[in-house]
Amino acid sequence: MLKNRIIPCLDVKNGRVVKGINFVNLKDAGDPVEQAKIYSDGGADEICFLDITASNENRDTIYDVVERTSKKCFVPLTVGGGVRSIDDINKLLNCGADKVSINTAAVENPKVVIDSSKKFGSQCIVVAIDAKKNGNKWEIFTHGGRNNSGLDALEYAKKMEDNGAGELLVTSMDRDGTQIGYDVDLMSKISSKVNIPLIASGGVGNLDHLVDGIKLGNASAVLAASIFHYGKHSIQEAKEYLDSKGIPVRI
Amino acid sequence: MKVTIVDYNSGNISSVINSFKEVAQDTVNIEVTADLKKITSSDKVVLPGQGSFKSCVDALNKINGLTEALTEFAISNKKPLLGICVGLQMFADIGYEETETKGLGWISGKVLKIDNQNGKYKLPHIGWNQINIIKQSKIFENIENNSHMYFVHSYEFIPNDKNVISSTTDYSSNIVCSVEKENIFGTQFHPEKSDKLGLNIIDNFLNI
Repeated sequence: MLKNRIIPCLDVKNGRVVKGINFVNLKDAGDPVEQAKIYSDGGADEICFLDITASNENRDTIYDVVERTSKKCFVPLTVGGGVRSIDDINKLLNCGADKVSINTAAVENPKVVIDSSKKFGSQCIVVAIDAKKNGNKWEIFTHGGRNNSGLDALEYAKKMEDNGAGELLVTSMDRDGTQIGYDVDLMSKISSKVNIPLIASGGVGNLDHLVDGIKLGNASAVLAASIFHYGKHSIQEAKEYLDSKGIPVRI
Repeated sequence: MKVTIVDYNSGNISSVINSFKEVAQDTVNIEVTADLKKITSSDKVVLPGQGSFKSCVDALNKINGLTEALTEFAISNKKPLLGICVGLQMFADIGYEETETKGLGWISGKVLKIDNQNGKYKLPHIGWNQINIIKQSKIFENIENNSHMYFVHSYEFIPNDKNVISSTTDYSSNIVCSVEKENIFGTQFHPEKSDKLGLNIIDNFLNI
């Protein structure tokens, strides 16, 4: 049976791990390579790096981080943040990333998703969706949550599947950094709209939230950051908890 | 020992290279090349493959003489070859991803899209799934039945001769996830991304 995945996400800035609270007030939580290794040894099903300042600053540091990590971790590594072109994707994959997640560029230029999934295969193209509730719908935000594209999240998700995305990484902007749980309504609506796997993100504060993301949000994988970073829970604890709730996990 | 990972522009092979180098350390010489002479003079060959069946076959065919060199290595000289993911799928006679495409024809069969049962199963089949070992294979030395391996694929290899199947995994149906036919080995899953057990499989292949 296919297992639901737990994916710790490391926000990386200038080669160091940080975790934002609503994308501000950053705290330093260490070296990304060492952390990734601790997570993969601890049973993480995948590792995710998000280069949070990549859109604005020199991002060469991330290539070095990816290259060093991929020589130590032998579970899938996804890298996102500032991925704008086929060249960016090519470079990250060559450094050892297994998947890239594309956010702003996928909104601004859908051709990037079409072309990259053809060139590299859908299996390595994750489209990251940052969505915020507005009335009865959710709208897509870009540039690390700063710009509202006005696009409807459900329609956009379907379009990205059609364009060749292999997975969707859906973050609720309303929940990110709040630790009050995923927006499971958003997750389940998108998940039922598409036939590709959905990774839920944004808002995890305890282990029940992970359970909700899978059971109520219908996510194939759950991504979390701070609950793992500061030693609140280990990956193993999270898996044992999910297992106790009847969710299939790799233990 | 000289092991060649075939670099034929089939997508991202960094992880394959990293994992083999990790396992090989200094005792095995890992070459990453499409050089025909180097391939035919290798002791073992690894054939990775990402993207679609068609894109991988096209990429193989773009390099003059590569298909022939691989066939000489695996079929005429009967030296150990490991296909990974689409590398395994290309053993088939024919694949149906994008369009009907002729494969290497080393193991008779075809490559079809996984039946997602009208959307009941998400595709690609991404993540960790358990392998059901149905035939002892040299690459499964010290690998327990029901071990978890990492998968990413939407198509499955359906060989005509079921005796070549060494393990299956349960996703919509029993999907073939590894084959062994004499000196030819293949895994649908990614040993290079399957953590310690995956590295164990790579080690097993290097020790054949």
